Amino acid sequence: MSSIKIELRQEDVNKIKEICTSFNNDPQELINILHSCQEHFGYLPAEVQEVISSETDVPVAQIYGVVTFYSFFTMTPKGKHPISICMGTACYVRGAEKVLEEFKKELNLQVGQTTKDGKFSLSNLRCVGACGLAPVVLIGDKTYGRVAPDDVKKIIKEYE
Amino acid sequence: MGKMMETVRLTIDNKEIEVPKGTTIYKAAKQLGIEIPTLCYLHLDDLNIENKPGGCRICVAEVQGRRNLAPTCSTNCENGMVVKTHTTRVLNARRTVMEFILSDHPTDCLVCPKSGTCELQNMAHLLGIREIPGAEYAEMSKYKPDTSPSIIRDLDKCIMCRRCEMMCNDVQTVGALSAVNRGFMAAVAPAFEQNLEHSTCTYCGQCVAVCPTGALTEVDHTPEVLRALADPTKTVIVQTAPAVRAALGEAFGMAPGTLVTGKMVAALRALGFDYVFDTDFGADLTIMEEGTELLDRIKRHLSGDTTVRLPLLTSCCPGWVNFFEEYFPDLKDVPSSAKSPQQMFGAIAKSYFAEKIKVDRENLVVVSIMPCLAKKYECQREEFSVNGNRDVDYSISTRELAAFIKQANLDLNNLEDEEFDAPLGESTGAGVIFGATGGVIEAACRTAYEMYTGKKLDRIDFTELRGLEGVRSATIDFDGLPLNIGIAHGLGNARKLLDDVRSGKSQFHAIEVMACPGGCIGGGGQPAHHGNSEIIKARAAAIYREDSKKPLRKSHENPFIIKLYEEYLGHPNSEKAHHLLHTRYFDKKKKVIVKQ
Repeated sequence: MSSIKIELRQEDVNKIKEICTSFNNDPQELINILHSCQEHFGYLPAEVQEVISSETDVPVAQIYGVVTFYSFFTMTPKGKHPISICMGTACYVRGAEKVLEEFKKELNLQVGQTTKDGKFSLSNLRCVGACGLAPVVLIGDKTYGRVAPDDVKKIIKEYE
Repeated sequence: MGKMMETVRLTIDNKEIEVPKGTTIYKAAKQLGIEIPTLCYLHLDDLNIENKPGGCRICVAEVQGRRNLAPTCSTNCENGMVVKTHTTRVLNARRTVMEFILSDHPTDCLVCPKSGTCELQNMAHLLGIREIPGAEYAEMSKYKPDTSPSIIRDLDKCIMCRRCEMMCNDVQTVGALSAVNRGFMAAVAPAFEQNLEHSTCTYCGQCVAVCPTGALTEVDHTPEVLRALADPTKTVIVQTAPAVRAALGEAFGMAPGTLVTGKMVAALRALGFDYVFDTDFGADLTIMEEGTELLDRIKRHLSGDTTVRLPLLTSCCPGWVNFFEEYFPDLKDVPSSAKSPQQMFGAIAKSYFAEKIKVDRENLVVVSIMPCLAKKYECQREEFSVNGNRDVDYSISTRELAAFIKQANLDLNNLEDEEFDAPLGESTGAGVIFGATGGVIEAACRTAYEMYTGKKLDRIDFTELRGLEGVRSATIDFDGLPLNIGIAHGLGNARKLLDDVRSGKSQFHAIEVMACPGGCIGGGGQPAHHGNSEIIKARAAAIYREDSKKPLRKSHENPFIIKLYEEYLGHPNSEKAHHLLHTRYFDKKKKVIVKQ
């Protein structure tokens, strides 16, 4: 991969600096800083990581290491309606994988990707603490319980 | 004496031992002469370098009463422990672990640049691995090899020992490499998996020096050198750095610290080089220029000139130059503007010497043998070429030279000693000690003292400047003028001194920096030390031995240096000297571009 230019709007640079300052630019707070930045920007592009690096003096390679280690962090922008399928133990044994396959097929997406129109993104997560409703799907803030593969088409329709 | 050190007693393989509390089983076993095999553990005790991620799981042993096997590199000894390092359970576990490691590792050993010196290959041999049962379930990573001016990364061959990451981050504080991704895609790489060229890498090569596999290797320039040697229209000359003669013998089975200066010269001549010269000559020249610059800055400082930048930082180490251009660009007018010995040699070879032997610079090929990988990058810097023709055409490492000598089936052990050619082979002991930490500044002191005071030095050895401590300082009495000297080796140590310079706290007049732990003798292009710091100490001793045997030990007494100034350059720091022997530095720090 060739050299990455760090091009950002001034207000975005300011926002990252503000977040880092709120954690005293402390390298120990890196994960919290990444959380806050992802909450603000929706994802963690290279440019954002570069600015965090210069603010906290954590080498950007290490930041990238953290971002690629934890599945929660993403470097691709989330869709307008982010779809998360719970793959925790309870959901898994009740067929979450088949539900996920259905979403992949319907949206023609892989996990971690976003549709070209930016409408949907697909991710999986581990246990949302609603095991009684397994298998669980989250779209934005809305929770769907006892989802069967046959329900997937209908659920997507709600957002079209 | 303070309170007694707390100790613990245990038995390892039926042998009793008492060790200080906090000692790992691995180290205790070593004291008993038991070498437990490992792929990730690395410990250079005198240099304070240790890697023990407990990641490879090869060093496991059985501990009585413990359910699972213990990784000995990261398990501390306890009172009454009974450890067995080679039970059938241990041997089976090691084989299984090895099979897992090999399951997604390429098996192209025949054509791998690390073949023959690969720790993974040796381990597979040691453990008698004959098949890799899990291979059909493993996924190969999809990384493409990345070639930079100095280093090649082939991440398919990374086994995640993380030695390079430790070197790059903890020792060198360069932070170019980090563990990234997970599972079969896990590897050590620069941010965003960019190429090394676009990272903060300084090409110091310490990652290559510790890599147990073919994941990190140097760019091999011997094919280009062979091509030049075979071309009858080219005059090919070679220069050898001081640290090479103190380590080359190791590649031929000689004891660490064996000096092979004469045999190396004989080998190079036998390989077909038209002239065999010495980078030590370039080092002597560096001292003339850098020493003069130091005295000039000090005199101006003493006369009240507040614009003068002190301390003077040495500039012969290309890894170090890359480091401050990346991390301290605001201080780029502080280092000496003197080029490194390699580049001074190249500049004089392609001007003065080319004119002398009436060969166009285009037909004169300058090859350097270096203990260093950053030298490959340095000689490719644009400012070190004239109309696209480099001052130093190719730089090859000590390891590459060893391989080259072996290819030519020359028996280094039995070659008769030969002498360097004149005139660029003439050097003093001051040039030799450039290879060890503290050596450059000691050489500078020998000359600067006599230039400044007009008196002869009573003692030539400034032993207070020697040693392996990471950051050292000494005050040298220049006949009433106390000169404060700082020394750092390893870039992490250099950073500490640089931070003080930046904040104005530094009280030094001059600071010597070498990027590699131990100095050039521990360079990234040297034969592997496999974590044994005795080897680095033996190389340093060899360097100082060569110095003490030299009839001339001060750069300004080198008769050819004197002649070169008389005939060609005028005087140190003259306009011509500046044009040929000095350089400038660049700001390489990445900047945020604000989008409108």
